[in-house]
Amino acid sequence: MKPGPSGSPAPPELLAPVEFSGATQVGGPLLAIRGVEGVGWDEIALVRLPSGEVRHGLVLEVDGDVAIIEVLEGTSGIDPDLVAVAFEGRPFDIPVGDGWLGRIWNGMGEPLDGGPPMLAPRRRAVSGSPLNPSRRDVPSDPVFTGVSVIDALATLVRGQKLPIFSSAGLPHLDLAAQIAAQASVAGENFKVVVVGMGLTHADAATMREVLETRAASGDLVLVLDTADDPVVQRVLTPRVALTIAEYLAFERDQHVLVVMADVTSYCEAVREVSAARGEVPGRRAYPGYLYSDLASLYERCGRIRGRSGSVTLMPVLTMPGGDVTHPVPDLTGYITEGQIVLSADVHADGIYPPVDVLSTLSRLMRKGVGEGRTRADHMAVANQIIASLARARVARELADLIGAEALTETDRLHLDFEDAFYRDLVHQSADESRSMEDTFARAWGVISTLPERELTMMPAESIAAHYHGSLREGNEPPRSAPDNNDRG
Amino acid sequence: MSHATEAGRVTRVNGPLVEVAGLRGVAALDLIEVGPQAISAEVVSIRDDLLTAEAFEYTGGLCVGDTATTLGRPLSARLGPGLLGGVFDGLLRPLDDGPTWLDPGALTDRRAEARWPFRPAPVDLGTPLAAGALLGTVATAGGFIHRILVPPRVTGPLAWLAAAGPIGEDDAVAIVGDHTVNLYEEWPVRRARPVLARLRPYAPLVTGQRVVDLLFPIAHGATAAVPGGFGTGKTMLLQQIVKWADVEVVVFVGCGERGNELADAMADLSVLRDPTSGASLRERTVVIANTSNMPVMARVASVYTGMTVAEYFRDMGYRVVVLADSTSRWAEALREFSSRSGELPAEEGYPASLSSSLAAFYERAARVTTLGGAEGSVTLIGAVSPAGGDMTEPVTVQTVRYVRCLWSLDRDLAYARHYPAVSWRHSFSFDGATIANWHATEGRLGWAEARARALSLLAETDRLSSIVELVGLGALPAHERIVLLTGRLLREGVLQQSAMSENDAYCSSAKQSALLEMVLAVHDRCLSLVEGGLPASAVEEFDLTAVTRARDETGPDDADGVTRARDELLARIAGEP
Repeated sequence: MKPGPSGSPAPPELLAPVEFSGATQVGGPLLAIRGVEGVGWDEIALVRLPSGEVRHGLVLEVDGDVAIIEVLEGTSGIDPDLVAVAFEGRPFDIPVGDGWLGRIWNGMGEPLDGGPPMLAPRRRAVSGSPLNPSRRDVPSDPVFTGVSVIDALATLVRGQKLPIFSSAGLPHLDLAAQIAAQASVAGENFKVVVVGMGLTHADAATMREVLETRAASGDLVLVLDTADDPVVQRVLTPRVALTIAEYLAFERDQHVLVVMADVTSYCEAVREVSAARGEVPGRRAYPGYLYSDLASLYERCGRIRGRSGSVTLMPVLTMPGGDVTHPVPDLTGYITEGQIVLSADVHADGIYPPVDVLSTLSRLMRKGVGEGRTRADHMAVANQIIASLARARVARELADLIGAEALTETDRLHLDFEDAFYRDLVHQSADESRSMEDTFARAWGVISTLPERELTMMPAESIAAHYHGSLREGNEPPRSAPDNNDRG
Repeated sequence: MSHATEAGRVTRVNGPLVEVAGLRGVAALDLIEVGPQAISAEVVSIRDDLLTAEAFEYTGGLCVGDTATTLGRPLSARLGPGLLGGVFDGLLRPLDDGPTWLDPGALTDRRAEARWPFRPAPVDLGTPLAAGALLGTVATAGGFIHRILVPPRVTGPLAWLAAAGPIGEDDAVAIVGDHTVNLYEEWPVRRARPVLARLRPYAPLVTGQRVVDLLFPIAHGATAAVPGGFGTGKTMLLQQIVKWADVEVVVFVGCGERGNELADAMADLSVLRDPTSGASLRERTVVIANTSNMPVMARVASVYTGMTVAEYFRDMGYRVVVLADSTSRWAEALREFSSRSGELPAEEGYPASLSSSLAAFYERAARVTTLGGAEGSVTLIGAVSPAGGDMTEPVTVQTVRYVRCLWSLDRDLAYARHYPAVSWRHSFSFDGATIANWHATEGRLGWAEARARALSLLAETDRLSSIVELVGLGALPAHERIVLLTGRLLREGVLQQSAMSENDAYCSSAKQSALLEMVLAVHDRCLSLVEGGLPASAVEEFDLTAVTRARDETGPDDADGVTRARDELLARIAGEP
């Protein structure tokens, strides 16, 4: 487990100055110990059992000579009379270095792949430090996911936090793994940190399989906390991963994408720990500080002026009962810069990824696309597709009421457009990575099913360059020939 | 004032909650410093020998037995030149000069060494001066005149006045009676600065946003709340007001919100120019930033700090607007602490004092006669983030009780990409009549009537739309079909406004009225056509895109351009078959 197995004569942890023995209270994740001195709040504690096993704890409260400790591995098997606790005088921290890359770790940063533990001279507290907002730089370059619907309509921007809102039974983990496996930035240093929180062993195994190639290339850190790991540990897991990501981004000049799933499991862990601490419950029994707690994760993404790296964050969460007003998606939505929403209806139509495009939004997209970043017509393409889909949705509702025959010709064309959109642009396989050229060609193929007069969001020069539908304005002869790339 | 300097000892630490024993000479809400990093904390209660305090920074490593000393004063803001154009944390410590990572102890309340050109006022020595009297001025960036006044509660004859020339942050500018007046003044942030008189609202604060200025206008010195779920464009609307409000000073309190957004807003403000002074808009803005990952307890202070800064500029005779985004995060910080200190929770875990805390904050906004006899105002606009979009949650409900304007953001409008998504059904302004009078004195006699017609047409459109969903458009009489058509024109041509468009992001009062009059004139013409026997379906076929394009195709202040477009369109409609 830790460097220096507990069986060896003098494990390094136990060299800590003073050890206190005998707890006054043990239960759930908490352990109270009396008679301590010089113990600081939020310090790391090492809890030694008679068997020699060493567990890790955090100081939750110091009150007179009593310290209350949250034991990361849980308190089962701890006899209050036979336990000894040493305090390290420092917060929970991890070594930082490139050694994390290409490996698989558990939620506390211990190896899961049979390799050696991470060792490095420099350490960082996992809770991180707040970034001075006046040092932030505005996110302004894209991350390509290779997933058409995201790249075309909700482009991820470096330094952004863009969550995936999903529901039970939808393939959000497949999508997360796909993005982690194939994301890239144009020709620059790029690394991926994937954090599983409360995943089932089956999901964790799938994740490892999908990410095998990328892991082997040394560009990936995989941190896996499974559903049967102790909840206190789950609260630390994303912090361990984000500390690694911050190091890679801001000290090693990498663009880092952090994919974390499932935030709902994380929040449930926070709630469980809060209940054990006896805190006043807030909405749906989540603690009142859930917003700040989530922000302390999400706000760790971004860019810093004068440094070339970035941390981009893609949290994945499942909305209990598909309810977007549930505290986890609600508070997430207030912090993040947009959301990608998966829909059971689209999934039922056999479309992958089942994105509900009209609820999906990347708020920073405008900053990350266009001439020199993706393509000059990108924003217009996205606006046009979304406007036409909104029109198609109205037509669809009308058709459900009065029958498709009664629709106007234009409405019918919009229904065809919607079908083409899901068939040709959205739908792709879970291991297919599409280039931006391919995505744009498909987008224009879909747009070209509409009559030219319906393209109200599209500047004339983009139509001239890329439109190849048969329903041109006044049936004019085709305009000057577009280059071959654009013929979808 | 001398205080016992005897140090106390920390006896309990639980996150930001710190208990201290043995510290004497401390009053409630005084500041103390705890531990080796001298973390500031505010005393919230005193029981026997035991103080309970809330720390403004991360308390990791703080031990029982660490020392605690009192600063002998409540949490105060250091007020002086150098505020405008700066970014500060919740305790008004400059962030621009701070390090990249904000560890405890990383910030101080001292600004970078700067000297300001002081110009004394023409006051003779010996002249009796009262609080609010002018001592001199300092010109700061962008040509802004920073007035140095006799502070509240100080009176006496002028004994000494600094000569013209550069002075620094710690220098004195005058001696009034036996009181030395420094360039910088300290003021306890939780206490409202005194004024001579509160005045009734009079003139509108023009935001340049049509739905606000035309339908739900706000007066200088009034208050507004902007509730809206996530994704409804709350921050976008507030940032538009930061940019375009007709005030001399803007105080933006980013309270528990996104860091990237703040960086983006700062970048925008640096680029945009004030049309009158030519300086960048950033030079008139003070930003108080407590982003969502910064210490929660400083979030409580940040709104008071922002308000105190606003009052300081108001006292110089300026019009100030405070935008707090979001007051819900502030209320959550109150809740977090009350829960840690074991207070009995009221609704949804918020402290029972939530309502009085909100009232105390919103009531600091006012149009006033300052101590010096000038007129100044602080207008307060607070964003509210209702949990789950639930408008019955405590912060929304309690806030609505104390504001004069409510601009409710509607999720359906936002999803239909109708921005700003201010709902005309669930918003209000108590100052409509006052502002109508003001417009009348400015010569816009038809303003009140146009507003009333617009509101009633919008309400009728909503009612008719629900009927159309049931029976279809064809079943409606011609008159009603024209109302529906006008409702669409109002939404697309007047209420929607593009923050991205150079022509449309800001709209002058004159252009606003012209756009509204254009829609109303088209409405009247179409009505008279159907009354003359033209079928409604023929009117619906008219090309009216000139109405919806006018806002974007004429300059921000080009009311005449709008009127020309209207006349051309009316002439064309008259000529239609």
